[in-house]
Formats: sequence, C-alpha cells, structure tokens
Amino acid sequence: MKIHEADAKSLLVAQGLPVPPWEVARTPTQARAAAVKFLADPANATGKVVIKAQVLVGGRGKAGGVKLAGSADEAEDVAAQILALEIKGLPVRRVLVGPAAEIVKEYYLSVLLDRSTKRLMFIGSAEGGVEIEQVARDNPGAIVYEHVDPLLGLPDYAARELAFKIGFGAHWKAGAAIAKGLLRTMLANDADLVEINPLAVIREHGAQGVPVERLVCLDAKITLDDSALTRHPGHEALRDLDAEDPADVEARRYDLTFIKLDGDIGCMVNGAGLAMTTMDLVKRAGGEPANFLDIGGGAKADRVAAAMRLILDDPNVKAILVNIFGGITRGDEVARGLIEARAQQERDVPMVVRIVGTNAEEAAALLEAARFETAATLDEAAAKSVAAARGTAA
Amino acid sequence: MSILIGRETRLVVQGITGREGEFHSLAMQAYGTNIVAGMTPGKGGQTALEGTVPVFDTVAEAVAQTGANASCIFVPAGGAPDAVLEAVAAGIKTVFCITEGIPVLDMIPVVEEVRLAGARLIGPNCPGATSPGRAKVGIIPGSIHREGRVGVVSRSGTLTYEAVQAMTDAGLGQSTCIGIGGDPVIGTQFLDVLQLFRDDPETEALVLIGEIGGAAEEEAAAWAAEHMADIPKVAFIAGRTAPEGKRMGHAGAIISGGAGTAASKVTALEAAGFKVAGSPTELPSLLRAAGFRG
Repeated sequence: MKIHEADAKSLLVAQGLPVPPWEVARTPTQARAAAVKFLADPANATGKVVIKAQVLVGGRGKAGGVKLAGSADEAEDVAAQILALEIKGLPVRRVLVGPAAEIVKEYYLSVLLDRSTKRLMFIGSAEGGVEIEQVARDNPGAIVYEHVDPLLGLPDYAARELAFKIGFGAHWKAGAAIAKGLLRTMLANDADLVEINPLAVIREHGAQGVPVERLVCLDAKITLDDSALTRHPGHEALRDLDAEDPADVEARRYDLTFIKLDGDIGCMVNGAGLAMTTMDLVKRAGGEPANFLDIGGGAKADRVAAAMRLILDDPNVKAILVNIFGGITRGDEVARGLIEARAQQERDVPMVVRIVGTNAEEAAALLEAARFETAATLDEAAAKSVAAARGTAA
Repeated sequence: MSILIGRETRLVVQGITGREGEFHSLAMQAYGTNIVAGMTPGKGGQTALEGTVPVFDTVAEAVAQTGANASCIFVPAGGAPDAVLEAVAAGIKTVFCITEGIPVLDMIPVVEEVRLAGARLIGPNCPGATSPGRAKVGIIPGSIHREGRVGVVSRSGTLTYEAVQAMTDAGLGQSTCIGIGGDPVIGTQFLDVLQLFRDDPETEALVLIGEIGGAAEEEAAAWAAEHMADIPKVAFIAGRTAPEGKRMGHAGAIISGGAGTAASKVTALEAAGFKVAGSPTELPSLLRAAGFRG
C-alpha cells in the first residue's frame, strides 16, 4: 500500500529522523494559515513556502503539483490552483505546506528488499533529486549498495561505511544516523520501501541569523507490506481511497485480487500464476483480457458471485472466461456461485467455463443442467471466449 | 528415487488440528505419505486423522517420540515464521511452509536461521511437493500425477497443477513436482531445486514454470546451461501480458523498471537450451521435441 508524503514524513519523525516542519491543508484558507506561519519562521532562509500536491503518483512537479509562494496571498492562490488539479486521473484533495528549503546539495537514500539475496538493501547516491533509475542508467558508478544483515540489522560501523561511501562529507554522522533511522522506520511499520529523494543538505538561519547547514529528509516515499497491515491498526487510516478504484475496495472486501485492464474479455481464475497464464492465452488467441482476477484458494459461492459482479461492472466486457483448477477450491462450489451470479446479473454476457480438478464432475453436471458453455482445456476456453467476444462461433 | 520427499519421509504436520491442516493431512495420508506426528500446542496427548496420528505440544517432542524427519506447516501467517524456527530448532532438515500472507520482513531472519542450521525450507506460500507413487507433502491434488522421470519446479500453485495435468494426460510421468512459492522471500529457489534434480538419477528431464518478477528464472537458466546441458529442458513463463508496475496477485510477481519481464526470462531460458512453451499444454510435445523419450 502506498501512502502520502505527509504521512510518510510522520512515520519518519516518529523514529527521530530530521524532517523540516510541514502542515497539511485541505483548503486554500488552511494553506494560507500554514504559509503565514512558515513565512514568519526566522529559520526560513528563502522567505518562501513550498506547496506540494499529495497524490499517490510520480511526476507531481511536472504536472504543476509543486509550487513556491512568497506571500500569504500567493500561497492561497497557488494552493487553490493545485487543489483544483487532477494528476494522472487522481484528484488533489490535500496539499503539504512547508518552508521552501535553500538546498546546498541533494542526495538519494533508500532501503528496500533485494529479492535475489533475500535481504534488505540500502541504495544511496550523491546524485539526488533526480530519479534513481535515471542515475542507474547514466552513471551507475554513482550508486552505492549496502546489504542489511538479516540478524544484526545495520550495525553502527556499517552505517558509517555507507555514509562515507555515499560521500556526505561533513555530514557523515547525520547520514549514518539517518540510514539507521530509515531501517527502524521500515521495521517498525512493515514497509516494503522507504525512499528519501532528495535527502538534502539545507541552509537555514540559526541564532542571530547565522547560516547553519543540516541534512534533512526533504521528500519521503513509503510503501507498506499489505500482508502486515492487520498488525498496524493505525495504517488502514493512511489508505487513500481516492487513489483506488471502487472495484479495488469491493475486491478487498471479498478477498479477491483484481486488476482492471483495457480489454474486453473478463477473466475469473483461481491462483495468481494461472490467472496470468489465462490472460496470456486470451491474448495469444487474439483477444484482450479485461482484467486480472484471482479468486484465491477455497473460494465459496458468495466470493464467486462477487467476482462476477466486479467483472460485469466493467462496461467493456463482452465475454467472460472462467478457469478453475480445483485443489483447495471445489469445482462444484464455483459452479453454484456462477449459476447464482448469472441468475442475478442484469447484463447478458456470454460466458465460457472450464472447471477441472477437485469435484470437477459435480461441477460439470451442474453447469450442463444450467446450460453453460464449457471447455475442456484452457486453450479451448481461450479460443471460445475470444470468439464469443467477437460474436462469432469458435 | 526422488528429491526432498520419498518413502523414507516421516512427516510431522504443524497445525494438524486446524481446518486446512486436517483436510490436507488426510489427503496426504490417503496418497501414502507417512505422517508420523501432528503438532498443535496445548493438544499434546490427543490424536488426529481419525485416531491414526499422535499429536504433540512441541516439534521437539514429536521428533523425539516418532523420528519425524520432515515438517509441513499449516499454521496461520502470524505464527508460521515461528513454526519454521521451531521445526529447524528440533533438528528437522526439510520444512515445507504452505501458509500464505506472511509479512516479508518476518521471513528474512527466518530464512537466514534455516540456512545457518543447514536445513531446507520450501515456501512459504507454496503448494508443497509430490513424488508420485511415494509421497506428497502440501496441497497439490494427488490425482493429477503419474510416476515417471520428469522433474517439475514452479513458483505457482494452480498453474503447476495445469502443467502437471498436461504432462500426465500426455503419458509423461514425474519424478518429483515442487512448488517453491510466490513470495519475494522464499527458502528454496529454482536454482536449489535444479541442483537437486541434477543429482537425482531418476530425473531425466526438466520442466520449469516461472512467472514475471525478480531474476530467479534467469539465474536458474544460466546454471542449467552449464550443468544440465545434456537433459531435455522445457519452460513456461506466466505474465507475458502483465502490465508494468502492477502486483499480479503474488507479491513477487511485479515488473519494475523494465526488469523481471517475461521477455527477458524467455530469452535467458532459450539461450540456456530450454524450449519455451506458449501454453502449458505444449509442454509435453516440446519435451519430446527436446529429445525426451520417457
């Protein structure tokens, strides 16, 4: 699950990491009040505030979702503009307001799972503020990697080593402490990814206006492990329902994995690998899958009916392919769910059903009595569904 | 012979008194697997599977009393990592963890502990393994198998069944079929299984079922090119049509930054001498085309 920058920053602050102050505003008036406060802050070296759209997509800056303002009036105007935006299809409901930083140098630092070693790994670079994928392409030597010991974590010496390798210069102590803090944030929240880009040396006004520099987390991106959400009761409140299709919400309620695609053949399958394969074979037969849908193991009739509703809610769907290989899942349960779902459905869409494995014979009898079109193999089912979507016989 | 499990397997089932644990233990037993013990804390002294199997409070006790040498875990996600540690601490060297939905960070230290103990963990989030005619551990339906000489390894569950059924229908039996699991952190990789198959005199051909995400298929392909050059090898990769950046059900199945695509895996496998099928049903004919006469 992705969470907003402002929420990610709160999780960092909870672990003692240095993050410049910010406030979240839902209206231009709230943004103005926050701007007044940060513009009057004696530490603010630029005399400006930054206003950033809180949406769960990349490329906010290019889309006009990140802007500076030098006065309260301007902040209110800019906030109004940003709050009216839709970025990559997502409405902007909230903005983050904070002092505009005077940036001395930008770095990149993240911790994530490295699947090939089954360990957590830090990725750092002195070339921050740009996409790390870009740095990896243009200047791979500028990227530093450091694995986290699966039992010891990141001992102090390893954190120092990482800080020196990245090249924080005079700020190496802060760099090492931040690395340890990012790992704490990851472990405390069951995160998949904690990414700071930029991690920046900024200049602020200290006492008597003397400039001081410090290393801070200017931006923050955190994704949380969906499998661990239940043990962090506060995390569900961080979910952005705007960023989710209503279908996603419905799918979660019934424990279905649903991903909408652009085609016209709805697919209902048990198991992720088989669901992907079913999509692949639809494509191979000349069709386009409308979705990825895994009903999971042991699905009962009600879950099957919910899956059917999700598929039919997509107006592009012209045919449905049901492919079930019963193991834990019982074929007759699925067949009953299909029969029930068809009795309730408002739209008449041709359906091709293939059920094999556990209780397949019972399923076949039920489907035959209910006059469903069936297929023996997956290839045959794919071909028949493509023909049905085109309105031709297979 | 077979790999990982066989007639010598003496299985303890952790979580045998749960709904899933009991259902699948009965199926394993019906297939001929020697289940010597069950383990559920607080239910020591009882019996399970219609009175045929003693239940113990701890795995250590189960091992001491019954000589169990392999474990199958049906414990819910919250307790499954601990169940793996308990099995390994009790000296069990082959542990299957069927449980799905375990938080990734929980598995990282567990996989390391298993490695340090010199044990082998298969899974989590895996369907288990079957050595046809000898034993099955996990949830793979026994009926789809046939005894033979093809080794099958897969990251998936039901897709494995699909491929195995296609082999059996075509008269091609299997030495052992293993699902290694769809999570990002698993105990046994393709590469580990390939090494076992290479050393198994009864495995004379290989079927590898992969999917998008990660680089395990590429690593396995490179190794097979060098060490299994003389064996007929076929593969299938799921997710050719998956969009980038979306997690396709399995936490591990995600294409990120252009890496982990089906195309890259197919290329690597073909370069390593695998014939790659466009559909699971093509696997048997491709295997024969690759020279397999079994």
